[in-house]
Amino acid sequence: MHIKEEAIERHTLAVIVDNEPGILARIAGLFTARGYNISSLTVSEISDDDLISRITIVTFASAPVMEQIIAQLERLVPVHKVVDLTAKGEHVERELALIKVVGTGDHRIEALRLAEVYRARVVDATISSFVFEVTGTIDKIDKFVELMREVGLIEVARTGIVAISRGREPA
Amino acid sequence: MTEKSGADILIEALTDLGVEVVFGYPGGAVLPIYDALFKQDRIKHILVRHEQAATHAAEGYARSTGKPGVVLVTSGPGATNAITGITDALLDSIPMVVITGQVPTTLIGTDAFQEADTVGITRHCTKHNYLVKRPELLGATVHEAFHIATSGRPGPVVIDIPKDVQVATARYEAPGPIQHKTYRPQTEPDLAKIQEAVDMLAAAERPIFYTGGGVINSGPEATRLLRELVALTGAPVTSTLMGLGALPASSDQWLGMLGMHGTYEANLAMNQADLIIAVGSRFDDRVTGRLDAFAPNSRKVHIDIDRSSVNKNVRVDLPIIADCARALDAMVESWKTRGHPKPDLGEWWSRIEGWRARRCLDFPEAGDVIMPQRAIRALYEATKHRAPIITTEVGQHQMWAAQHFGFEAPNKWLTSGGLGTMGYGLPAAIGAQLGEPDALVIDIAGEASIQMNIQELATATQYRLPVKIFILNNEYMGMVRQWQELTYQSRYSESYSDALPDFVKLAEAYGWKGIRIDKRGELDDGIQAMLNHDGPVLVDCRVAKLANCFPMIPSGAAHTEMMLQASEVSGEMDDEAKALV
Repeated sequence: MHIKEEAIERHTLAVIVDNEPGILARIAGLFTARGYNISSLTVSEISDDDLISRITIVTFASAPVMEQIIAQLERLVPVHKVVDLTAKGEHVERELALIKVVGTGDHRIEALRLAEVYRARVVDATISSFVFEVTGTIDKIDKFVELMREVGLIEVARTGIVAISRGREPA
Repeated sequence: MTEKSGADILIEALTDLGVEVVFGYPGGAVLPIYDALFKQDRIKHILVRHEQAATHAAEGYARSTGKPGVVLVTSGPGATNAITGITDALLDSIPMVVITGQVPTTLIGTDAFQEADTVGITRHCTKHNYLVKRPELLGATVHEAFHIATSGRPGPVVIDIPKDVQVATARYEAPGPIQHKTYRPQTEPDLAKIQEAVDMLAAAERPIFYTGGGVINSGPEATRLLRELVALTGAPVTSTLMGLGALPASSDQWLGMLGMHGTYEANLAMNQADLIIAVGSRFDDRVTGRLDAFAPNSRKVHIDIDRSSVNKNVRVDLPIIADCARALDAMVESWKTRGHPKPDLGEWWSRIEGWRARRCLDFPEAGDVIMPQRAIRALYEATKHRAPIITTEVGQHQMWAAQHFGFEAPNKWLTSGGLGTMGYGLPAAIGAQLGEPDALVIDIAGEASIQMNIQELATATQYRLPVKIFILNNEYMGMVRQWQELTYQSRYSESYSDALPDFVKLAEAYGWKGIRIDKRGELDDGIQAMLNHDGPVLVDCRVAKLANCFPMIPSGAAHTEMMLQASEVSGEMDDEAKALV
């Protein structure tokens, strides 16, 4: 007997919540408890009184499950609003990565050259290592990390996606 | 304004909210609250013998009275013992507020004595929960907790109060009506959708109402309006386990419960309907059976207060998010305004009569052996004039009670549906008896289930509650055994009730009256003796040991594959069906 699977889509959600202790556990826990997927999750305060936070989640789910995820999130008491940026239309997604590359000679030169191509900045340097900071779409960062693996990457720290809709409407 | 201790603020807030009864059990982390309780006499505390029973008693109280149930337990094991009842309330949408003690704020996270991460553990089995770290926030939190527990789709709310917060002082002022900034359940329906639903109903040739626990939760108005709409439309009505009593069982339009152990006519009517009006029900798997064969040629209107219930298991054509009383009111109004005549459903009803003629609830009887269905019917005949409140445990007896006991009103049928918790019935009966002191309250139980919270016999004795327990004793965990017969070729693994106590002696040890019924001839007299006794009574009624509960739609089967009797049982199931509960 095989466990059945359904066709899945990638969705980016912006969840506006009360910034209260445990809110992240509540949101992330909802996903885990109900078996939804979290591919990426970022959070930070967004109101000037620090009482409201924005949690950006990337999830992979079929369309009916997506409807459920949004309904389940919306009925949580501390949740103000849930926006499915993917369904809403055009939006901007960005990620930031810090990448540590160790090497000398040709590898070191190649690393610097590639960093220039990808508009990555050097934020730390020693004779035998660099830390690059790069921002961009997931694809761009994935590519850069892949390339750095060839020239001495030893550590990578990525933030996960933040996203915002295009145009003048909030969310 | 003077400052008061957190414990006093809690008691005052509960009093302001109209709380009359609290079900609880003391412990170190709640001593300040218990001292505050001791000093007042407006709120009555009911001491249970296990915290799980406090939660089920609160559920029984809530389901019978419509008021929220309130629980008070200590930290650590007190809170963890309450988890089952809290989860039960979540799945059956019962309004409940659970106050748990906690270690002092300075000790949280240090593995202190009787410390548990109550808020972490209950985060996903409550509607909402709070950890109150400052006494000045406690009063408002309590009021908000009750608001959340009792509004929208009701559910359990936990308030975790550290001991130092119970002792520290602050000011308290009762807040006005709560206008929550984010939590605003939608209770009023979209009137355009109401009109669409009404027109669909008027045009349907084979309509059916599929009602659920939401009608009961909404309150007596929802029941009254449902009955009015049903009378106006002449349509047949079926209900889930949780919704029994919204339509009187004696009504001509009542088809009986639907689903896994529902009636033949209810399930076939759902299967053949062209329009299903779901009111306060959630298309649960016990009801739908195999989804791709569920009501294939029907359009569905779904009235529910919880948006996440819509399109969760079954795609519906017209969702209406509203409190079902508001939606039913609008539908009745719209039906009358549009001047729809009573539809001619003669053809549909004659089909239904054909299905009713199968008499699917008939059962064989022979000699002295008491069939469990016979015991339920005898109980019903002997008590129906008193409109008793019936609670049950979980299993075959629960299904037979749902099939054979008729309910004419809501709030009379208290059972654990969503979670299916054995051990629910006795404490729930205690809660119901406290909420309705003049009612006849009977817990219909199995001999396995009743042992799970048997210690509560003491609670009934302490508070002089004349609850009746009617055990259908077949010496097996009946429902498990039935499935083992169906699926595992009768390999009865651990489903035999070994080492049963002498229930009569056990009852008497706790100050109850015990009655034993062995033979069919003793049944009516035994029931009468139970009813005549002024005080709590436990009846050990011996019934046929291997009776099976039919009709049955096995897991993974469609409504059209309903089994009506034992001869249809093969003793085997394929892997896909075996993987389903």
